[in-house]
Amino acid sequence: MPTITVSKKEVLKTLGKKLSDEQLKDRIGMLGTDLEGIEGDDINVEIFPNRPDLLSQQGFQRALASFVGVKPGLKKYDVKKSGEKVIVKNLPKEWSYAVACIVKGLKFDDQKIKEVVQLQEKLGMTFTRNRKKGGIGLYPLEKISFPVTFTGKKPKEIKFRPLEFPREIDAEQILEHHPKGKEYGFIMDGWKTYPVFVDDKGTYMSMPPIINSHDVGKIDETTTDIFVECTGPHLRTIVESLAMLTTALADMGGKIYSIEMVYPDKKFSYPDLTPKKMRVDHAYINKLLGLKLTNAEIGKYLERMGFGYENGKALIPAYRTDILHQADFAEDVAIAYGYENFKEVIPNIATVGGADKFETFCDKVRNLLVGHGLLEAKNFHLINHDAQTKRMLLNFNTIKVLHPVSLEYDSLRAWIIPSLIEALQRNKRYEYPQHFFEIGRVFSKAKPADKSDTGVKEQVRVAVALCGEDADYTAIRQVLDDLLTKLNVQAVYKETEHPSFIPGRVARVYVGKEAVAYIGELHPQVLANFDMTMPIATFELNLSVVGQHLA
Amino acid sequence: MTKDAERLAKGLHPLERKILPHLKPEGTLAELAKAAGVQEVEAMRALQWLENKGVLKIQSKERQVLVIKDKGKHAAKEGLPEQHVIALLKKKKELPVAEIAKALPGYDKQAVGPVTGKLKKLGIPFITTKDGKPAFKWIDIPVQANPVEALLQEAAKRNWKVTIKGTEAAVKDLLKRQGYAEVQKQKGKAYNLTATGKGLAKVKITRKEYAEKLTPGMLKTGAWKQTEFRPYNVEINVPKQAGGRAHFVNEAINYIKKVWLDFGFQEMAGNHVQTGFWDLDSLFVPQDHPAREMQDTFYIDDPRSGELPKDVHKRVKAVHENGGDTGSLGWRYDYSDEEAKKNMLRTHTTVLSAQTLDRIKKGECALPGKYFSVNTVYRNEALDYKHLFEFHQVEGIVVGEDATFENLKGYLSAFFKKMGYPKIRIRPGHFPYTEPSAEVDVWDPEREEWIELVGSGIFRPEVTKTLIGKEVPVLAWGMGMERIITRYYEIKDLREIYNNDIEQLKTIKAWLR
Repeated sequence: MPTITVSKKEVLKTLGKKLSDEQLKDRIGMLGTDLEGIEGDDINVEIFPNRPDLLSQQGFQRALASFVGVKPGLKKYDVKKSGEKVIVKNLPKEWSYAVACIVKGLKFDDQKIKEVVQLQEKLGMTFTRNRKKGGIGLYPLEKISFPVTFTGKKPKEIKFRPLEFPREIDAEQILEHHPKGKEYGFIMDGWKTYPVFVDDKGTYMSMPPIINSHDVGKIDETTTDIFVECTGPHLRTIVESLAMLTTALADMGGKIYSIEMVYPDKKFSYPDLTPKKMRVDHAYINKLLGLKLTNAEIGKYLERMGFGYENGKALIPAYRTDILHQADFAEDVAIAYGYENFKEVIPNIATVGGADKFETFCDKVRNLLVGHGLLEAKNFHLINHDAQTKRMLLNFNTIKVLHPVSLEYDSLRAWIIPSLIEALQRNKRYEYPQHFFEIGRVFSKAKPADKSDTGVKEQVRVAVALCGEDADYTAIRQVLDDLLTKLNVQAVYKETEHPSFIPGRVARVYVGKEAVAYIGELHPQVLANFDMTMPIATFELNLSVVGQHLA
Repeated sequence: MTKDAERLAKGLHPLERKILPHLKPEGTLAELAKAAGVQEVEAMRALQWLENKGVLKIQSKERQVLVIKDKGKHAAKEGLPEQHVIALLKKKKELPVAEIAKALPGYDKQAVGPVTGKLKKLGIPFITTKDGKPAFKWIDIPVQANPVEALLQEAAKRNWKVTIKGTEAAVKDLLKRQGYAEVQKQKGKAYNLTATGKGLAKVKITRKEYAEKLTPGMLKTGAWKQTEFRPYNVEINVPKQAGGRAHFVNEAINYIKKVWLDFGFQEMAGNHVQTGFWDLDSLFVPQDHPAREMQDTFYIDDPRSGELPKDVHKRVKAVHENGGDTGSLGWRYDYSDEEAKKNMLRTHTTVLSAQTLDRIKKGECALPGKYFSVNTVYRNEALDYKHLFEFHQVEGIVVGEDATFENLKGYLSAFFKKMGYPKIRIRPGHFPYTEPSAEVDVWDPEREEWIELVGSGIFRPEVTKTLIGKEVPVLAWGMGMERIITRYYEIKDLREIYNNDIEQLKTIKAWLR
């Protein structure tokens, strides 16, 4: 989730009252943003992804002011017609929408430019998903001649000097050499044409969503009037982006002028800042929150959250994109009412509880093994592929994960014994004997009969590893015999072969017709592969199967 | 003082009794063992016990010992070369140098040079024979016992190691001979008596024998009636012995489970591998949500995708695209089945809650109902002191027509009281599947600070109506359990929780809440 930095001085100026840092911290936390800290003039605050309208100094202080009761209710924004046009045509199908407007009368300084850049970046990162769902561009108005055209061109035809670059290069070179091209170029993978803004004189203004032209697309302290555009594959996303952007610029002191977007088959005027009307279900809100608020109180609380409220209807500002349902009003009412003011009530909902049956069975197995003086280990389900296969002198396919951050843990374990050997390996410096057991889940590819919706079969097993000079077949067999006796299960031991064990010292254990365990002394080569210098006798028993045989 | 000494004397172990008469105000272990006629290890054990009782102090001393090497051992058996030569000379009266080698059985030629030196030193005349050969001539010198030989004989009795004290001249002689012996440094133990010890030494140790053990024989014959048992020192430490035990994390999990069971909650169980459909889509997490990106989620390589449940899939798809029948606007995008089918390791146990809601619709789970789980979740992160790629989530839901936001606060407050956190506070938060959403902080009374522990809220209607089939409020919460574990056990590095260090598993305190 994105963190923004806002100026405390400006926030307090907007609030028009003096608040201590402690009071500010409290209110910011209760507004529905996560305060990280206040340092000097910097308020660092984390914005939740449902409130992209708070990603600017202006949006944040607008919401805070309303919340503390300074300027509640719907904030109105005046939009005048600029009379200018942007022609939209022949775009790549992957990036087919554009909206734009003009904001005049801005007084940029260092701080303001920082604020605009922050908003542009954070919106791009979150709301438009790292620019995959949209790009934003700002240009000094005086450098542009209307009408502007937004159109698709072949990469070789596009040539301009990208921002902060020493010379003019073509589109392919931009993607290859410019930092932003390298960062976001993947978005245009496989596109036949790239979208560009070109002004009336034929000057390339930008190539969304990658980069603006250095010559006509760079704002500085001298800029007062700007051309703003948002482009992308989804019209709604960019319309909302433009609303958040222009209202923030208007709060900075700018005046908004609309532009007519001329598509081949239709014309629209943007920005559209008309609030949406939505009925408020007062009963629903009261029921969900467990409150008994009057309609007027609910209206008052909605106004505290920046909504308009008229005749039982809410007016939703164009920059509030998170209202999908009455539940969203309920949350805003709860915030304005104050989370701290809700009581702690245990409801009268009578239910019968219970532990999961299989988990209870596993607990019993755990207690029986603890009675043998064994220590319970707890290993990760993810383990190294080779540790389960090659080092155990086996060769089979494990369930691997894609792109694991830790390569040491690249696959789900198919059996527990390798995890226990690794644990013993880490304990080599301590005295012997060392005895471990572990109850845990193992993973393998499912067969149709397993009826797994993911195609992965998950079972629970218990493994015991005795390690020390006296760890032999008899010793491990005594543990398994005792466990099975107490689980009241009749088992048959049959001689078998298994590469991980010493030949002639490994058995397969059957309950009824089902094989449920291997038991034996580990092969010296296996021990050598794990750098172990003590014998290990071990078994692994399938509890998922044994659990079904319980009397 | 005397009384103390007497009581002390009464409680002595037989081994201590054996060495006690031989204790000097100061002495070495080796001397003591020799004097008392016991093995050095036995004497050492007795000294340690006596040190625990404050009788004496043990010191480590480094001493030099002479270790006899192969040639020295040979000489000890066969005699020193010069002795052989002298014996022969005495017999022959005259001995040419050239014949000396023959007189030295089992010695190599290099032994000849030193021998001639020795003889000259003894004052045996060195002459030229008539036929012009250099030779020794016998004169009657008094034959003395060779101290070197005596040293070798002593060493032979002592496993070829002797102390140097008192035999310095012989040692010097021996060391000059190549391959005969060398000096090694050896760590030895010495002791000196404390004031208590000096008092104890004065006490007359009664010869009366105490019984060490109560035996079945004594019980059978009744001999125990005439027996006095040696009193033990019950205050000293005994060797550590750890029993078997459950893993400390499982101890904590069992406690947490018990709390929810006491509240009337039913435990939920389910698979670790889930489709994106169940893990995220069913919870109304948009398909382009950043959490779904590769770096956060473990996707399964093979089988890459799973199957979608028929009926509920249709409803989930609709709610994403247009809100379905929930009264919501939905996310208004094209829902991708391909994305939904992707197999992954569950990112939260909230997936179990979603599946429980589906089971309520099918009549397999009760409504109203309260459900919980404490189980593993996965995040694709590098393992370091504050990140685990597998950890545990405590998950709970309350499904009921009359459930409200106030109840959410009520349950969490009651739960944390049982976890040792007396109060909670809630703040607005955000999760894609809850509205209202709340972050819950708990008050740690020991460290006097608020800890952010829980994400919670009421499931969105897009989740509940779609899965249950009607809009019933569902209170929900989820918290990482490891934060509770590390605070309780005072573990700083998260990796130490799952390191399976035997010493830690044996000695870490039990979950005592």
